[in-house]
Amino acid sequence: MPNGSAAGHAEPHGHHHPALQHHFDDLEQQHEASTLGMWLFLVTEVMFFGGLILTYTLYRIWYPTAWAIGSEELDIYLGGFNTIVLILSSLTMALAVRAAQTGQQKATVTWLVLTMALGLTFLVVKFFEYKEKFELNHVPGPYFQFEGPESPHVQIFFSLYFALTGVHALHMIIGFALMSVITTMAAKGRFTPEWYTPVELAGLYWHFVDIVWIFLFPLLYLVDRHYVG
Amino acid sequence: MQTMVAESPVNYVNHQHSVASWLLTKDHKRIGILYLIVVSIAFTLGGIFAALIRMELTTPAGDLLSADIYNRMFTMHGVTMVFFVLVPAVPAVLGNFVMPLMIGAKDVAFPKLNLLSWYVFVTGFIFTVASMIIGGVDTGWTFYTPYSTQGSETNVLLTGVGVFITGFSSILTGLNFMVTIHRMRAPGMTWFRLPLFIWALYSTSLVMVLGTPVIAITLLMLVFERGLHLGIFDPRLGGDPVLFQHLFWFYSHPAVYIMILPPMGAISEVIACFSRKAVFGYSFVAFSSLAIAVFGFLVWAHHLFVAGISPYSALIFSFLSFAVAIPSAVKTFNWTATLYKGAIWWKTPMMFVFGFLGLFLVGGLTGIFLASLGLDIHLTDTYFVVAHFHYIMVGGAIMGYFAGLHYWWPKMTGRMYNDTLGKLSALLIFVGFNLTFGPQFILGYLGMPRRYHVYPPEFQVLNVLSSAGASILAIGYLLPALYFMYSLKWGEKAGPNPWKATGLEWTTQSPPLPENFPQTPIVTEGAYEYTKREIKVA
Amino acid sequence: MPSGFSLFPPQASTLAPEVDNLYLGVIAITAFFAIVVVVLVTYFAFKYRDDSGEKIGEPIHGSVPLELGWSIIPFIISIGIFVWASVVFFHIVRAPDQTLEIYSTGKRWMWRFQHVDGQREINELHVPVGRAVKVVFTSEDVLHDLFIPAFRVKADAVPGRYSAIWFEATKVGEYHIFCAEYCGTNHSAMIGTVFVMEPADYQAWLSGGGQNTAGGTLIEQGQQLFTQLACVTCHLADGSGRGPSLVGVFGSTVTLDNGTTVQADEGYLRESILMSQAKTVAGFQQLMPTFQGLVNEDGVAGLIEYIKSMQAGGAPAASTGTAP
Repeated sequence: MPNGSAAGHAEPHGHHHPALQHHFDDLEQQHEASTLGMWLFLVTEVMFFGGLILTYTLYRIWYPTAWAIGSEELDIYLGGFNTIVLILSSLTMALAVRAAQTGQQKATVTWLVLTMALGLTFLVVKFFEYKEKFELNHVPGPYFQFEGPESPHVQIFFSLYFALTGVHALHMIIGFALMSVITTMAAKGRFTPEWYTPVELAGLYWHFVDIVWIFLFPLLYLVDRHYVG
Repeated sequence: MQTMVAESPVNYVNHQHSVASWLLTKDHKRIGILYLIVVSIAFTLGGIFAALIRMELTTPAGDLLSADIYNRMFTMHGVTMVFFVLVPAVPAVLGNFVMPLMIGAKDVAFPKLNLLSWYVFVTGFIFTVASMIIGGVDTGWTFYTPYSTQGSETNVLLTGVGVFITGFSSILTGLNFMVTIHRMRAPGMTWFRLPLFIWALYSTSLVMVLGTPVIAITLLMLVFERGLHLGIFDPRLGGDPVLFQHLFWFYSHPAVYIMILPPMGAISEVIACFSRKAVFGYSFVAFSSLAIAVFGFLVWAHHLFVAGISPYSALIFSFLSFAVAIPSAVKTFNWTATLYKGAIWWKTPMMFVFGFLGLFLVGGLTGIFLASLGLDIHLTDTYFVVAHFHYIMVGGAIMGYFAGLHYWWPKMTGRMYNDTLGKLSALLIFVGFNLTFGPQFILGYLGMPRRYHVYPPEFQVLNVLSSAGASILAIGYLLPALYFMYSLKWGEKAGPNPWKATGLEWTTQSPPLPENFPQTPIVTEGAYEYTKREIKVA
Repeated sequence: MPSGFSLFPPQASTLAPEVDNLYLGVIAITAFFAIVVVVLVTYFAFKYRDDSGEKIGEPIHGSVPLELGWSIIPFIISIGIFVWASVVFFHIVRAPDQTLEIYSTGKRWMWRFQHVDGQREINELHVPVGRAVKVVFTSEDVLHDLFIPAFRVKADAVPGRYSAIWFEATKVGEYHIFCAEYCGTNHSAMIGTVFVMEPADYQAWLSGGGQNTAGGTLIEQGQQLFTQLACVTCHLADGSGRGPSLVGVFGSTVTLDNGTTVQADEGYLRESILMSQAKTVAGFQQLMPTFQGLVNEDGVAGLIEYIKSMQAGGAPAASTGTAP
């Protein structure tokens, strides 16, 4: 399907949007291309996490007892708190995109800053969780210590716990860096209702990282848990 | 680069000369040339390793290299050739250069990302070469656990990280290509007017985007296990070493389609031009590319037939492996039919097409042997497999790459190379290749396992034949390096369309303008319409 | 050992002619298509050659019947080959019911073979001609692969579990054993020899001197270990102990506490000894400790042979017939 304008433009001319890159015909084409690109990138991320989750699934089927034991060692309150924090951050992110879309510069910056703060909160909580695991010698490797006959399999559980949450945290950190750039751009007034694509794309990325956590939380923290009233 | 085109109009080469203008370029054409340089270096490096391997294998005893050095040689040959030559060669060199031209675009969708892809590629290459310099790796390019996590004492981490990084180059390029093809086609360029090279690149990009992340996470787990002692594949903890193989091959099998689909696309372009007619069965060839990409994801466990999978899953994967061969067969028949009642112009690119047809045929058909369970038990992990994949990868993919390189060289450089020498190198490569790898099928059935540094004396005759062939092959590959370099300064100047081909890339000057077209082209007909329009002559 | 130039390894097992026939069949079919394409390409290349570059070809765009034809016919042929190859495959992986068991362990960089009668060999394997033999093996370290080209059999040795190959040798002689999964420095030195002997010679070799038979037969070793490791305290023969009775268990179908069933083959017994928590028999508690690190591969082999011998009445059990 042909895109953009029907006739080519012969000379580089003035009077187009400063954000329009020269290899595109118009902002619409650029926006569609950028959005498609981000969605494709998120598909690659699904495959990336998918490999880890597949590994997790196989071992969980083989060693359900060890999985339950390992899961119980995780702090369900901290994990739950972090889940709420991330969901909230997706809300603030969506509001930031909406604000950019409607040209409200101050609100855009505010919501973006809030998103970053919530993201940072998540990372800080994660840091404390890791610290506790380190102190209890639950970090796999030469210093791993765990009682019980299932100990070797519990070590695999923790290996996957650290791999999954570690890779997720790395994505959060990258997201945080991305957000700082976007926030700075918003503060400088770069976004208008005509063009706010970076905010939109950052939003897509942020939501994706959030969704990954929504999978990780039950998979890691809620294995065979029972409410004891 | 002033030697390239001295007094001609402005083109993408001569409009800026500084090193910075090359290293910070956003021009897909310059990026293609940058990839050409690195891929050529990698090919030379991988070739040196291959030469050492074949030299060692001329005698049954381990007299040239120690066992440890030999094991590093074949590992690094594999790593270099797979990740730094076969995967990027056609897409990143030829695809980057030609694809936007072919669809009538000014550049790819994300030019800065394209440059980043190149830098990521180079970074991965540097890591990997660094690992080679400080001692190399000896796990085989397949990094099987537990040897790679616990047994080997070589630089697995550094190489693993290097390959991990390189994967992102692949992902980003695939992403870039897909968006470009979706969104930046010139007016009138509908999907079914696209040249088949574009269909091939699109299918390849699908695989790159979906498959590469899996090898990335697999290598990451490998690195975690070896470096951080996370035990994911460790049998002492109840981990499954065979799981690594599943994860590894889930990417690496589709990867071989990344390696062959673009060269097949190049073959389609060259065969159409030098038969002066459309490729027979355009839509069937186009859909075969997509089918290969999709089916390619369903057959990975045929690499695990003796690894301990259940016989029932072996049956399923065997069946699917037969199925995935069919689209490739269809393409081969279509190319053959393209020649029928063509006007076959015997120029160098076409010689490489003929070579491809013969060699890919053998490579593809020997895949049938390996898909056959009853035979695979005997043949797997022997030289039969080595012969099979070299016929496809070298006889197929590299031949296709050379066909494309020889075809588009005038467009890329504005120069013609010596056609006689070109044909000679095609012939040497064809003969040398068959002599190198033909005997290996026999060696494999006789039972010679792969990755063997020393072997029983009764295998020597065939090994000597193979090594002799390798020396001819080496000369065949050396020649193009020489006549291509020569052509840059002294080659006859090429006009816009020296091959009188159809295709938008041939409507512009050679080398092209920085912005590709003076005006956005408008497309009114399908690819390969040799009858309809007046073909612009050089 | 074969000398001189040949295209095939010796056909030294019942499986070898089957595999070779399949090979020749596939060669014939693929060669046919290869020749057709090569002949056509060569013929067209010459017949339609035009080096002027001025002419164009006939504007033929395609033919749906032809496309369907050369898609469907190769597909049907592929199914034929697939079926034939799968039949051969099942012969290769399904051992007959009665086999002579030999246990083996691969480790860098050698193969240890353990005969039931107690003989131990390193990198050599003596077997009788005309008798079905099953080699049950594992690895002590990294992946290896037991490959005997003359018999056309091969399987990976995976640490942590058992693999098996079976063969019935048909020709007296000496044949190569190769390791066919890269395992490090001396991968290509991890080779050995199978000695196929006439039954009388084999008997003589079994009872003759020279082999390392210290420790007695595998069953005797197993019986010793069974007492030493106190297995007997839980696994009472009448089933009244804390663990199930092992009399007749080998080859039977065991019901687990989660409702599923499992074939009690060598692999299951090995797992029960080394990773007891993996499965629990229905009606029993998960109480069995793991013996990982307390018993080596030879010991495991001995225990398995001893358990196999525990039939009501004392007659030795038959093998399950399928490679584990």
